[in-house]
Amino acid sequence: MAEPALSIRGLTKVYGNGFQALKGIDLDVAEGDFFAMLGPNGAGKSTTLGVVCSLVQKSEGKVSIFGIDIDRDFARAKYHLGVVPQEFNFNQFEKVLDIVLAQAGYYGMSHREALPRAEELLRDLGLWDKRNGSARMLSGGMKRRLMIARALMHRPKLLILDEPTAGVDIELRRSMWEYMRRINREEGTTIILTTHYLEEAESLCRNVAIINHGEIIRNTSVRDLLMELDTETFLFDLAHALDAAPDVPGFEVTQSEPAQLAVAVHRGQRLNDVFEALSRQGIQVVSMRNRANRLEEMFVSMVEQGNKALDESAAADQDKEARA
Amino acid sequence: MSPQQIAIALWTLVVKEIKRFTRIWPQTLLPPSITMTMYFIIFGNLIGSRIGEMDGYTYMDFIVPGLIMMAVITNSYSNVASSFFSNKFQRSVEEMMVSPMPNWVILSGFVLGGMARGLGVGLIVTVVSLFFTRLSVAHPVLTVLVVVLTAALFAIGGFINALLGKKFDDISIVPTFILTPLTYLGGVFYSISLLPDFWQGVSMLNPILYMVNVFRYGFLGVSDIPVGWALAAIFAFIVVLFAVALWMLERGKGIRS
Repeated sequence: MAEPALSIRGLTKVYGNGFQALKGIDLDVAEGDFFAMLGPNGAGKSTTLGVVCSLVQKSEGKVSIFGIDIDRDFARAKYHLGVVPQEFNFNQFEKVLDIVLAQAGYYGMSHREALPRAEELLRDLGLWDKRNGSARMLSGGMKRRLMIARALMHRPKLLILDEPTAGVDIELRRSMWEYMRRINREEGTTIILTTHYLEEAESLCRNVAIINHGEIIRNTSVRDLLMELDTETFLFDLAHALDAAPDVPGFEVTQSEPAQLAVAVHRGQRLNDVFEALSRQGIQVVSMRNRANRLEEMFVSMVEQGNKALDESAAADQDKEARA
Repeated sequence: MSPQQIAIALWTLVVKEIKRFTRIWPQTLLPPSITMTMYFIIFGNLIGSRIGEMDGYTYMDFIVPGLIMMAVITNSYSNVASSFFSNKFQRSVEEMMVSPMPNWVILSGFVLGGMARGLGVGLIVTVVSLFFTRLSVAHPVLTVLVVVLTAALFAIGGFINALLGKKFDDISIVPTFILTPLTYLGGVFYSISLLPDFWQGVSMLNPILYMVNVFRYGFLGVSDIPVGWALAAIFAFIVVLFAVALWMLERGKGIRS
């Protein structure tokens, strides 16, 4: 059986101030996967990836990259790893071309080998014309693409992208998605992505881990996760404003705005029944859309459940202490 | 990494460092050249002509080696301190940390970059001094050896300072409050034989005195202290500080959470 691209066992991180950021995480990412790591801010996503990239020192646990234990031979494991961090981490005063060439040099690539690779990547990512300009002159989206080009210089087999499209406009985000899909599909690069755009995870990734309070609360395929979604809420924009929400038998209908209805549809129910009921009452629907991204609804519900469980456990502890 | 890959990585880092300080030459190469020219004009020429001889040499000839050494020390130190700290500040140090480059290569790359600036400025100051005096070098090999070792020692010191520094102020404290006083009191402008016995004893505790004196011995053939002992001390300091800097880097001091 092929070694997973990334294997994590019992990963724990306790910071100097006593804060436990990771509580014994287990995770496997298969070779060739497009994997999403989701979680609210401070959940432990970046800490996990920081350990994998050697930017954060783990307290306990084992991490292997393509079967190479990072405690035994981190240098060899790092050859397989490309990292695109959340924040810009290049010297803003250096030239674009110098930044990617220097990165290749750090991996021992000769200038003769690195220059054509740099040209290929900078052209693919629309930065070739900017190669002789200072990196600080680039727009936010270009800086993100520069970090992707830099991370790919040494042809890593595992690419870690920590919120790669944060602050990037929609058009550019779509083109970056297409590029990531391409390198995953054509070059077989395993990609691990953290993102706050759940639409991004739903659109790009095959598997997902949801992390909250330093623990993985779900680790499954995106398809299976979406199958579990029991209810979807649709927004109907109406031709005319209504005084009150209409009665549609079997459906929960609320009025979100005078000329807009929110309709909750459970699995097995048909939207046709809603349209028929509304038509009978003379209500015309002009357009319709999901209230929120489907994965987002599920994610919010899971995180809320996790937070509630944590609050209840804290309250129970307080209660015990008070009784004692 | 194979030895060839290590050589490429080290070369990449050194070239990057040299490009950095040459790109900003009005901040890195020009100011020390102007300052040292002022020293030559004011202390060497104007005041020096009234001081007379020092240890059997004209005052100008006496201070030239000290001033070159002062420029080397200050620039080697501050180049690494400011470059590595700014890498930390901009987080571009992460580029190196995620790469398979061994820590000793990272340390050596920055140290060699700092040495390049220190020796480069030292060379500029030497050329400037030729406008004021005729330089003769009594022991060329020793002169080169001591200036190279001193540049290495202070470049490593600058690296440790940058690792420990948390804000920009932290990398100016050591040069301002420690390095500059020690250099001025390290026999750059006077022979310690002029001092009373007690202050001669105190001066012997100043490590920069040994470097300045050995360097001056290389030029003029005169020194206040034993040359062999001073060379051994410089070498020992380099070994110890390199080991300390490497240990800190391995432990991720100041760069890993």
